[in-house]
Amino acid sequence: MSEKKFSKKHEWVSLEGDVATVGITKHATELLGDIVFAEVPDAGKLLEKESQAAVVESTKAASDVYSPIAGEITDGNKSIVDDPGSINKDPEGASWFFKLKIKDKEEFNALMSKDEYDKFCKENPS
Amino acid sequence: MKRVIMQTQKTALYNIHKNLGAKFVPFAGYEMPIQYKDGIVKEHISTRTFAGFFDVSHMGQFFLEGDETLTEALEKIIPADLKSLKINHSKYSFLLNNYGGIIDDLIVTKTEKGFCIILNAACKDNDIKQISQFLGKNHKYLLNNDLSLIALQGPKSVEILEKLIPGVSNLKFMTGNNFNYDSEKLYVTRSGYTGEDGFEISISNKKVEKLINFLILNEVKPIGLGARDTLRLEAGLCLYGHDLNEKINPVEANLKWAIAKKRKEDGGFNGWNKIKSLLTNGSEKIRVGIMPEGKVIARENAKIFSTEDNEIGFVTSGTFGPSVNAPVAMGYVKSNFAKVGTSIKLEVRGKKYGGKVSELPFYKKSYVK
Repeated sequence: MSEKKFSKKHEWVSLEGDVATVGITKHATELLGDIVFAEVPDAGKLLEKESQAAVVESTKAASDVYSPIAGEITDGNKSIVDDPGSINKDPEGASWFFKLKIKDKEEFNALMSKDEYDKFCKENPS
Repeated sequence: MKRVIMQTQKTALYNIHKNLGAKFVPFAGYEMPIQYKDGIVKEHISTRTFAGFFDVSHMGQFFLEGDETLTEALEKIIPADLKSLKINHSKYSFLLNNYGGIIDDLIVTKTEKGFCIILNAACKDNDIKQISQFLGKNHKYLLNNDLSLIALQGPKSVEILEKLIPGVSNLKFMTGNNFNYDSEKLYVTRSGYTGEDGFEISISNKKVEKLINFLILNEVKPIGLGARDTLRLEAGLCLYGHDLNEKINPVEANLKWAIAKKRKEDGGFNGWNKIKSLLTNGSEKIRVGIMPEGKVIARENAKIFSTEDNEIGFVTSGTFGPSVNAPVAMGYVKSNFAKVGTSIKLEVRGKKYGGKVSELPFYKKSYVK
């Protein structure tokens, strides 16, 4: 299994070759509550590091999802657009948001490990 | 300069909410539960299919006592027919300013000694200032902070509350009465703000915990402000500070039904001249229901455009309606775009999405009349 890394904005990233899969963490879904809308980017879109890439909305509010790494979108997960509630059920598995071809693996390496992220969440509740 | 330190207030049920796993948010100066463990969608559905309770003790329970001069005084700022209101009957109405703008929306109930008015939490202090301008020396008034207010809403409410307080099942919608509970008097009205059958129970802070324990024992779920918002929006009901404010009058708000027929004709209340002319000529903009196409949620302040891309209005409330199973919204559009079925465009995050002017409410239930 590929290694998973985490961002301070509560995205997770897993890397296979030069293609990264990005989603939002379980912790993020718990903060958001019931998710009722998702918008994902189309293939071909170029993203800067930490730029806005997707949208997720709960009954309460809309939030942006950022790409922790720069790259070109190869795929957006249409199944979460059709069934936004599935993000609450399996945020770190089947309910990924988008895949992108990355340019610089160092950007991936610089993200937090699982332990570092858990610690970050504890220190920064809400 | 005097420095005012705002302290967040808590209702008598604060610790109960905490034990029930509430997530709190500051709301109108109070720490209030936005949701509990189940989350907004489940709380919403439990209210629609079974029953839920809401702590609405942050709302003002304002009691007035006096003779017929009190009724006359209140009619100067409230456009309801208070003179004809029978004891224990309630009306939805407003406080109006000189321009007919809505200072607050409220429920007024005739009591034996005068009136009880339920005021929005964020407005209550100003409301009392505005009302008291019309009161005389022989009128007594009190914002009773010793009382909690619990809304019990949903189809099972009547069956459950009847077990605890026999007689409540005889109440008709928008009426109330005094009942005895645990050797104390409490006041129950058949009303609410969810589109469901239900009750609002005015009970002393000392006894409220006991009432809540009974409701929990009967599997009634606690419901936070989040689901209160999705429930009221599906029911097409306005939220003050969002769908209503001092610059909006009842005609624009599509609430002219709440102005008594007699009062429309006879006037004698704040802003009547303005309202009279609007009743004859119509208003420039009007509140409508909106159904966005697809799943996109148009929230407060989203701009509304015609199909020809002319800006025609703005959204004042919008969310996902769990019972409608689609996004729903309310907003103001130019009156010539208000017809149900009119195609419109909604601007969300810089992109325009299709939508339609829709009938209100989005979700219909029949009240016990």
